[in-house]
Formats: sequence, C-alpha cells, structure tokens
Amino acid sequence: MPAGTLYRGREGMWSWVAHRVTGVLVFFFLFVHVLDTALVRVSPEAYDDTIAVYKTPIVAFMEYGLVAAVLFHALNGLRVVAVDFWNKGARYQRQMLWTVVGVWAVLMAGAAYPVLGHAFRELFGS
Amino acid sequence: MAIETTQVTDTTYSPDNPAPVIEPPRARTGRTPRATRTNFELYGWLFMRLSGIVLVVLVLGHLLIQLVLDGGVSKVSFAFVAGRWASPFWQAWDLIMLWLAMLHGGNGLRTIINDYAERDTTRFWLKMLLYTATVFTVLLGTLVIFTFDPNIR
Ligand code: HEM
Ligand code: HEM
Repeated sequence: MPAGTLYRGREGMWSWVAHRVTGVLVFFFLFVHVLDTALVRVSPEAYDDTIAVYKTPIVAFMEYGLVAAVLFHALNGLRVVAVDFWNKGARYQRQMLWTVVGVWAVLMAGAAYPVLGHAFRELFGS
Repeated sequence: MAIETTQVTDTTYSPDNPAPVIEPPRARTGRTPRATRTNFELYGWLFMRLSGIVLVVLVLGHLLIQLVLDGGVSKVSFAFVAGRWASPFWQAWDLIMLWLAMLHGGNGLRTIINDYAERDTTRFWLKMLLYTATVFTVLLGTLVIFTFDPNIR
C-alpha cells in the first residue's frame, strides 16, 4: 500500500464526489427555478403564489442547503482551477481543500441568520 | 506516483513469445472514429473552468441579492422582479448567468452520463433527454427575460 501518494480514498476523492453531487443538485434546482420564474409571464398572482412556497420555514432550510451546495461547488471549483493552472496547485491541493472547507464554514455561519431568520421567527413566534 | 504492477508469474517473454503491446490510453488508432478527432473535449474542459470563474461572481452575487440583502427571500415578488428587470444591467446579468450556468451544468451532466451509463442505448437516450431539457430551459429563460411585461395585468 503506497503511503500518501494515492488519491483514491483520500480527501481528493471525497472532494471530487462532493463536487459532483453538488453540481447535479444545483443543476436540478436551476431547471425548476427557471420554470418558476417563467410564471411572471402568466400573471403576477401565479408568480406570487408560487414564490410564497420559497418563504415557508421548511423550504427555508432547503434554501440553506442550496446555499451550502452552491458555496462548496463554487469554492472547490476555484480549487480545481488552481490545481490545473497554478504550477504549485497539485502540491497544495490538500491545503487548498481545507481552506475551502474553512471559508465555506465561515460563510455558512454568516448565511444562517439571513436565510433562516424568518423561518425561526415564524416557527417560534415574535 | 506509485503504481502497483501486477506480478506475472513465470511467463518468459522472448522474441518468439512477445509480451502483448499496451496502447497508451489516448493513442489514436486506426479504430478511433473520425468523429472524435477534434478538440471538442479540450474546449469543453476549458469552458468548464472559464465559465466557473465567471459564475462565482454571477451566482454568489445573485444569492446575496435574493436571500441576504433587503430582508432576504421575504421581499421577492412580482413587483420586485419588475423593478429589477427594468434595468438592462440586471437583465444582462440574469441572461449571462442563465446561459453560462445551463451550459456549464449541462456539460457537467454529459460527463457524468458518460461515466455511469454503460450501455450505448441508455447513454444515447439519457443524453437526448439532457440536451432537450437544457435547450428548452435556456430558450424559455431567454424568452422570459426579453418579453417580460410589468403591466401584464
Ligand atoms: C433560493 C435562492 C434563489 C432565489 C430566491 C432566487 C430568486 C430569483 C428571482 C426573484 C429571479 C427573477 C429575476 C431577478 O430578480 O433577478 C431569479 C432569476 C434567475 N435566477 Fe435565481 N434565485 C435563487 C437561486 C438561484 C441560483 C442558485 C441560480 C443559479 C444556479 C439562479 C439562477 C437564476 C437565473 C438564471 C435567473 C433568470 C431566469 C430567467 O431567465 O427566466 N438562481 N432568481
Ligand atoms: C459558482 C461557480 C462555479 C464554479 C467555480 C464551478 C466550477 C466547476 C469546475 C471547475 C468543474 C469541472 C470539474 C472537473 O472537471 O473535475 C465543474 C463541474 C461541474 N459543475 Fe460547476 N462550477 C460552478 C457553478 C456550477 C453551477 C451553477 C452548476 C449547475 C447548474 C454546476 C454544475 C456542475 C456539474 C454538474 C459539474 C460536473 C461535475 C463532475 O463532472 O464531476 N456548476 N464546476
């Protein structure tokens, strides 16, 4: 078993899996999202009634999940670009992955109140 | 890179019993179809990276506007959209985001279908489904941006 040189089964493989899964999720969301936005061509009521779904507490948590997926995919995508185009990219791929995870965690913490605040107010009153 | 080689036990190759030739993985052989002798995959690879960099700004900016600023998702309504699409700047933003995200995501899904769908017919039909959905979505979204009418009612 070679030590430390194998990509498979290590961080590199899991970041690739996560990149793939998040990319697919965002693509499916975008398909639905263009359909819901198209309702502006039907009537203001049709659009507003559908967008009301986006404002319910359960969907707020799904939006937080969407933000999580988009943020990871975006940050890790920049890491992939760095690995491919920066001459030291491959050497620092692991450090860059933990940087991605760190920045992702900070941004997710920052997004929690703006994205979920209204859901908590609705669920627990005030 | 450490590559483990399989131990072949006691097969002695000689001029009369030559070892089998292993083609380099990307070698163009007589059997490579004409249709693949282009640089399409190279351009696709480049496009994923260039569009990705632009999408960081467009999509994260969009999420910031829609979910964080000005009361978050609670403010979104027909009137809000009408206000935004009154500006050619945001129309162009959304149009470019639509095209880049759909082509980037569509090309990404093409890769994934190629990776996992092993039967030729399954792969063909999955890609047809993907291309149809992608073209439909891009055209619908474009039409909506260009024909938006704030006074529809
Ligand atoms: C839950 C989060 C989201 C909300 C609340 C939201 C909201 C909106 C709204 C209100 C519009 C109408 C035009 C405008 O105001 O700019 C719109 C359009 C659009 N959004 Fe989003 N968005 C979200 C996430 C996303 C994501 C993650 C993407 C990209 C992957 C995206 C891509 C688009 C595109 C391409 C359009 C133009 C659609 C068209 O041409 O008909 N949105 N969005
Ligand atoms: C926000 C900025 C984005 C960046 C920086 C980015 C970056 C990338 C990069 C560099 C790749 C190629 C990965 C590789 O070849 O190994 C990729 C793949 C992919 N992206 Fe994105 N992307 C972004 C947004 C999006 C969006 C909005 C979608 C969905 C509509 C999406 C869906 C995909 C898919 C499905 C793949 C294929 C994954 C795979 O083959 O494993 N990406 N992305």
